[in-house]
This record gives sequence, structure tokens and C-alpha cells, in this order.
Amino acid sequence: MDTCIEKIRAIGADLLAKGTVEKVIGFADGSIPMATRPIALTSDKEVDKLVFNSVCGLNLANYVSKNSLSSKEGKIAVVAKGCDARNLVTHIVENQISREQIYIIGVPCTGMVDKRKIAALFDDEITGFEEHGDTLTITSASKTETVKKADVLRHNCRVCTHSNPPVYDVMAGDPVEEQTLDHPYEDVDQIAAMDLDARWAYFENLTKNCIRCYACRNACPLCYCPTCFVDESSPQWVGKGQNEIDVTTFHFLRAFHCAGRCTDCGACVEACPMGINVRDFTRKLNKDALELFGWEAGLVLDKRPPLDAYSPNDPNDFIK
Amino acid sequence: MNFITIDKKDWAPGIDKSRKTFRVYGPVEDENGCQIKPLAPDTAPKMDAPVTVMSAKSVLFPQTEKILTATLDESKQDHHVMTPVETDDMPRVVLGIRPYDAKAVQLVKLNFDNPDYQDPYWCAAYEATTFVGLGVTHPGPCDFSTAVGCGPFSEEGLDVLMADMDDKYLAKILTKKGENWVAACGFDTEADPKESQVLFDVLRKEAEKQIQTDLATDKLAGKTILDLYDAPFWDDVAFSCINCGTCTYVCPTCWCFDIQDETRHNTAVRFRNWDTCMSSLFTHHASGHNPRGTKVHRVRQRFMHKLKYFLDKYDQGIMCVGCGRCVASCPVNIDIREVCNRMNDYETTK
Amino acid sequence: MENPYLPYPVRIDDIEVATEDKSLKTFTFVFVNPADEEKFAYKAGQFAELSIPGVGEIPIGIASSPVEKGFVKFTVFRTGVVTTHLHNMKKGDLMGIRGPLGNWYPWDKLENKNVVIIGGGFAFTTLRSSIVYMLDPANRKKFKNIDVVYGARSPGMLLYREELFDWEKRDDINMHITVDGTDDPDWKYHTGFVPQVVEDNAPVADEDTYAIVCGPPIMIKFTQPALTKLGYQPHQIIMSLENRMKCGIGMCGRCNIGKELVCKDGPVFTLEEINQTPKEY
Repeated sequence: MDTCIEKIRAIGADLLAKGTVEKVIGFADGSIPMATRPIALTSDKEVDKLVFNSVCGLNLANYVSKNSLSSKEGKIAVVAKGCDARNLVTHIVENQISREQIYIIGVPCTGMVDKRKIAALFDDEITGFEEHGDTLTITSASKTETVKKADVLRHNCRVCTHSNPPVYDVMAGDPVEEQTLDHPYEDVDQIAAMDLDARWAYFENLTKNCIRCYACRNACPLCYCPTCFVDESSPQWVGKGQNEIDVTTFHFLRAFHCAGRCTDCGACVEACPMGINVRDFTRKLNKDALELFGWEAGLVLDKRPPLDAYSPNDPNDFIK
Repeated sequence: MNFITIDKKDWAPGIDKSRKTFRVYGPVEDENGCQIKPLAPDTAPKMDAPVTVMSAKSVLFPQTEKILTATLDESKQDHHVMTPVETDDMPRVVLGIRPYDAKAVQLVKLNFDNPDYQDPYWCAAYEATTFVGLGVTHPGPCDFSTAVGCGPFSEEGLDVLMADMDDKYLAKILTKKGENWVAACGFDTEADPKESQVLFDVLRKEAEKQIQTDLATDKLAGKTILDLYDAPFWDDVAFSCINCGTCTYVCPTCWCFDIQDETRHNTAVRFRNWDTCMSSLFTHHASGHNPRGTKVHRVRQRFMHKLKYFLDKYDQGIMCVGCGRCVASCPVNIDIREVCNRMNDYETTK
Repeated sequence: MENPYLPYPVRIDDIEVATEDKSLKTFTFVFVNPADEEKFAYKAGQFAELSIPGVGEIPIGIASSPVEKGFVKFTVFRTGVVTTHLHNMKKGDLMGIRGPLGNWYPWDKLENKNVVIIGGGFAFTTLRSSIVYMLDPANRKKFKNIDVVYGARSPGMLLYREELFDWEKRDDINMHITVDGTDDPDWKYHTGFVPQVVEDNAPVADEDTYAIVCGPPIMIKFTQPALTKLGYQPHQIIMSLENRMKCGIGMCGRCNIGKELVCKDGPVFTLEEINQTPKEY
């Protein structure tokens, strides 16, 4: 992935210099180790600020839907991993943006690292993070660790089968080989295999530290509702306190609202300050969408998502 | 008795002894990291914990707190008359709090305990609480406490400040509350005050040296609110913000709250929850009008409140103790140090 | 320690539909414990939290006047959860009032001054309180000329109509009532928007004249230039602001404009003060 960044910068500079796009949305270096930040560039002179590495874990499609892309605004280029591009496709399919408004700079992605997994290798705080090919060198005040990137990948990246953007205007590198998985939903199956009490306890434990900051929702490109159901006051669907029923109601309903739309990009987990594996909710619905409808979100521009379309052979009874 | 030493083998038994008179809080580790929580019986605080994601503010200011209640049962004589919920005023001690978290309590106190109004819930909890701090010998990369009038061995707001001396703690007793807690634990091995202070000074200087930050706040007071508010950089600062509440919830000095009513059966409960200026709902009028309707408004509000409004209102420095939690937890790496410097360096061209 | 969140229990003594579209009702409350009325001593311009257990609270300007005893009155626009619930409540129902909250119009400063009151729509509640206060026989001599410009969309949308027409007949107050428009051929007052009526009818400012302005943002915006034309300086223009509030005591943090909290440092500010703060209201 080291080489990609030069191409991303060159493409970005060219697009801005020629006026093909008004701005380029990408990642810039952060102020602390293992941090990057989304950035919008408007001048080709600034492209050296762009970076792409293994800690670009947010989803930049989020910055297209929520920055009120009015029709007045010019074209916007987005640096897009496989999942970012799939969410851009989802935006287009859901009429949040038009294909003509965006220019997708596709990045063949080799995965993002799990920062918590890396932090767990240390007793103290991480002071340095370097990436050379497949090798990561991480330092703290007390020690230096060298690890293989493959060993600390985020779970969603380990099970990713769409590392290359399915739709793009230009690619910033040669496509990477896509993996095929025998058991893509092993994690879901494990939870499903629990008995009722154990499963309930599992989800109770999962959300027990939730502080309802809504970072998961706000980092999610799908969550573009002008008013989220948790913020409605009449009727008030869900209480606003830390009552565990209210907390889990938020997570369950949000997950259901993402059914058939989620690309498993992992931005929700990346954003959560409390280390909640929010994907435990959405993954089950992704599995259902795949098994019941043969659907994976964001792969094609010309098909409606399953919960948005009628089909005579719908697996549910009520439709018949 | 200003200084005592506590042998680490006496530490857990001493804490247990204090439980007769104190509810004990401290860093507790689970699979998602460390939090300041009530300590279950027989558990000792994880004193060598890295900085907790959440601050200690919830000990005095729980994220959800019942304040009033009323019965709606019209057959009862006092129906629809709200009464305060009983508060638990049992003394409590927070062990292993970081010095900046204790200083933060003093800043929050300006809000909850002021000449015009006193918040009875916060004030009662404050009165009941003893803060036993542990000096931070290895500040992390997000710690900039020394740049904002605090520091890894700051004593402000603490009742006891301890230093980790390998096999023992050296403890400096700072207040009467601190004395009471030490007595309740049965810690009574006096240490030489002069030598102890020298040791503390050495540790403090060592720790302070490790904090590298070029944060400057010196010019903030001299600027006008409107000049900073109208500065050109806010769009840029706010671009990456996703308007989650993380920065405000992890912050030890953010005190904003919401008040909500709920009913269950025939009982009405009024409670308060932490709220966040990052949420558009925070200022949304019932009419639909929203004076801080965009994320730029809201990001600006957060930094202006911390770095300018608070400073101008109370003349007690900025509303930040340099813990760096917002920097560490922000999903998009908005760094208050950078924003503060931009504000501090901003010269209006008007 | 006093609990500033604890409302005084009150009983709804009367409910009156205040406007023809029924979107406003005036509620008269009496204190369940008579001693609470003393504790609720207020000044014209202050507000209170109307508190419905299990539903919530809503900050509303006090429409009754300190010179009216035995009850307090609030005129409430139905818009959100709490106000809608309140509109559905009945005479005799029990609820709470928390306050008085905030500052008030600067009555000390206004002594021996000409006072021009300008209101629009349903932002006339604390202005009614003020007029009743100033017209009280014990107070009237403290003030020089009193002018009132009050406008609403139509005659039926004017609040406190009977009082308005009573005041109109008096010679110790100059009323300038206006409506945006009406098809009533007998309408004998002004038609036109408040800013224009101000410009045409309000007294030219000298240093002893102050204007109190309350109304929707659009009215305030266009009234300012009219007052400036008449010579009013920013310190002579007194305004009452509204913002979303919860605690009402300056603690919960949402209603600030700059470092000022509208609930505690306000809601009454001079234009001079407002000009120093971000316009976040």
C-alpha cells in the first residue's frame, strides 16, 4: 500500500489542477500515533497532506452524504477503499448523491489494523507507529514491538471479500487479490449457537459500557437520517438515559435500519471510544441479507436493496 | 502528619478496612479497558492502569441521575407533587484518580456550586467524596496537563497525593478529608516531611519533563469573543467532525446536561443525563429554529466554551486540564491543542 | 440546601383560549401552598419553568404582573411535547412551577424615563406584565410617557384583546395596535407590520427614552433599523431573548450566547450587550 499514496496524490493534484473536481476528500496524518483524519483539499498544492496507510479506518462516504452536497456544488473526488466505494454506491442507489457528483479514486485495500489489538500488546501508551510493507513497528516508553500487519488486522478486514472498489473512476493501484471464505459468518454462527440466556447475556455485556455518544451512528455513512429515531421527541421512541433497555434499543434499531445496506466497513467499531464491537449487531443482518436474498450491499448501481424492492419469490410468508 | 508511607502489602487490607465508612471507587479493568467504578468487595483498584477512557467525573455527576419523583396516582394525597429523590451521602473515596481529574472537579465546581445556585446533588456528592490521587510518573503522548496550569503531580482538588515508590506508596495528606481516609484505612507510618517533599519534587520534575507540548494559551484572554468567533478557521477545524458526543463525554470538565421526564406505571421520574453541545438537539427550539444548527456552530461552541467563554467568565484559566482524553478518543483526531494554538495565534485583520 | 430543581405545586385555576386559532392558551395558576406565592416574588420580565411531572418542563415568560396577587398567569403557544400536553390539561389539574428565573426589565434604570414597548405576535406576555406593572397607580408616576406598539397577524391573533382596548381608551398610555391585515371594515387601529408602525408612531429618542422589544426574530431584525432611524442607541434598546433551556439556573449549558447564559444572565439584554456576543439565539 506504500506506493498507492503517490498515485493518490498525483490523481488528486491532477483533478484539482484541471478543475475536474472542486475538492478531494481523503485522509491526512493525525496528531498522535495510529491516527488519521479526514480532510478536504481544494488546491493541488495541498495534496502532500494526503496519506493512505493501515489506520485509515473511517469511511469517507460519510463525508459526502452529510456535508449537504447540494446540486450547486461541483464534483467531489473521494479516496475510497473497497468499503468506502460500496457506501458511495449505496448513497447513489438510495438517491443521496448522483453518480455524476462524485469522482471515485479507488484504492485497492490490504486492510486496516485493529488499534485496540495493538494497544493490548502494551501496558503503557503507544508513542510511535511505523509501517513498512507488511511490517508494523510500534513503540511505547517501555518497549518496541514489531508485528505482521496480517496478525493485527481488524476483524472486518480479515473477512473482507471486496477489498477492491466495485465502482470507481480511477484506480490508484493494481487490484489486490480477493479472498474467498468457507465460513464468512463464523462469528455470527458462534453467537447464534448460544442458548437464549447466554445470547442475551452476551449482548448485555456487549453494550454495558455504551455511553450513547453516537459515534457509531455518526461515523456510519448509512446513518444520514435528518432526525435519528433516538432524537425524536413526539413520539419519543426511546428513553434518553443509561437504562440498559434504552441503550440496547438504540443499538438493535440502528442495526435493523442498516439491514441490507451495511457494507461491514467497520467505521462504527473504529469510532466507538468504548471498544464495543457494534458489528455484532449488523453482521447478523448482513448474513441474513446474503442468505435470504443473495445480497451484498453496494456492489452494483442498478439494483435496489432487498428491503426496498418487491420480488414474488421473497422468502418471507407475509408477502405471499 | 503530612506524609506517610503505605507498604503495598498493607494497601488492599487498608482499603478493605476503610469500607466500613467509605464506598470505594477506583480504576477497574475489563475486556474493554479501565474505568473508574465502584470497587466490588475484595477487589483492589488497578493502580497501574493506563489513563481511563472516561474521567472520574461520573462519581459526582453520574451520566444518568434521578433528581425528582412524583406519584401520578390521583388517589394519593400528594399526587403530581414532585419531591427530591433521596441521595446517598455515604462518604466515598476515589482511589488512584489522576491529578488532572481532581483539578477538573474544581473547575466543574464553579458551575455546580456558585453564589446564585447550588446544585444539591453534585454538592452533596462533592462533600461526601475524598480524592486520593496517584502522581503520573509516565505521562502519555496525549497528556498536556503542564501547559494548562495542572500537571502530573498537581495537588489541586486532591485530598491525598500518592507517589508510587515500587514496594510502597508515599502519600502526602492535603486535607482533613484526606486525614480521615488515612485514619479509616489505618495507614499511620509517618514519613519525614522534608525528605518526602524532596522526593515528590524530584518525581514531579521528572514527570513534567516528559510532557512535550507547545500549547500556548497566553493570548486568549486578550482577544475579543467576537473576533475569535468570526475567525476564518472554524470550517476547517470542523470539517472532519462527525458530531458524536465522545469528546464531551470523556472530558472531565464538560458538565452540560439534559433534564428528562419518564413515567413508569404511576410514578413520574425526572432525571438528568449528560448532554453534549455536539448534538444538534442540544439547542434545537421547539419551533424548529436552531441557533447552532450546523456542525461548524457546534464545534466552535465547544472550543469557544472551553478556551474563551469560561476563561472570560470565571478568570480561572481555561476549561481544560490537559488530560488528552478527547484527543485520544476522537474518531477523527480533532486535537484541542492545535485548535487552541490557532485561537491563541489568531490576529484579526480587521 | 435549597433545591433549585424543585417546583412549587400549583393548581390550574383557569384556562382561556387566547387567540382565534386556539394555538395559544392563557393558564392561571394558584399555589397549592399559599406560602409559596411569597417565595415566588417576581419582577416583570422574568420567566418560570412550567413543570408537568412525567412530561417535562418548559420555560415561559410570566404574563401576570407583580402587582396582581393571588395567582400567576402564563400564555403558552402549543408547539412541543410539554406545551401540547399542557394545552390538553383541565381546570383543577395539578402541576408545578419553578422560578422565578432570569433577570427582568431594568425597572430601576427605567424610572423617570419614557418607555416604548414594542411587541409582536405571542411575544407579548412579559410585555403585558410590564404594562400592568407600570400602569398600577402606585407605579405610574415613576415613568414618563409610555408608548406601546403591538402587532399580530390579524385582530383575532392579538393577545389580551380586552385589556388592549381598555388601555387604548386611557390617556396615560399611547397605544399603537396593528395587524398585518384584516377584512374587518370596522377595524379602527393600524394595519401594517410592526417595524413600519414603530417608524411612523414611536417617539423620537432622547437620552431619557428606552425601548423594550419582544417578538419573533424577523420582527426584531427589521425593528432595529427603525429604532436607529428614530435615534435610539444600542444601550437604549432592551430585548428579551429566547433559547432552548432545561435547568433555567445557568447550569445545564445549552442556552448560552457567548459567555452569557440566556436563562440566568438574561433573558433581558440591551442591544449593546447583544452586539458583543455571537448571535446564537
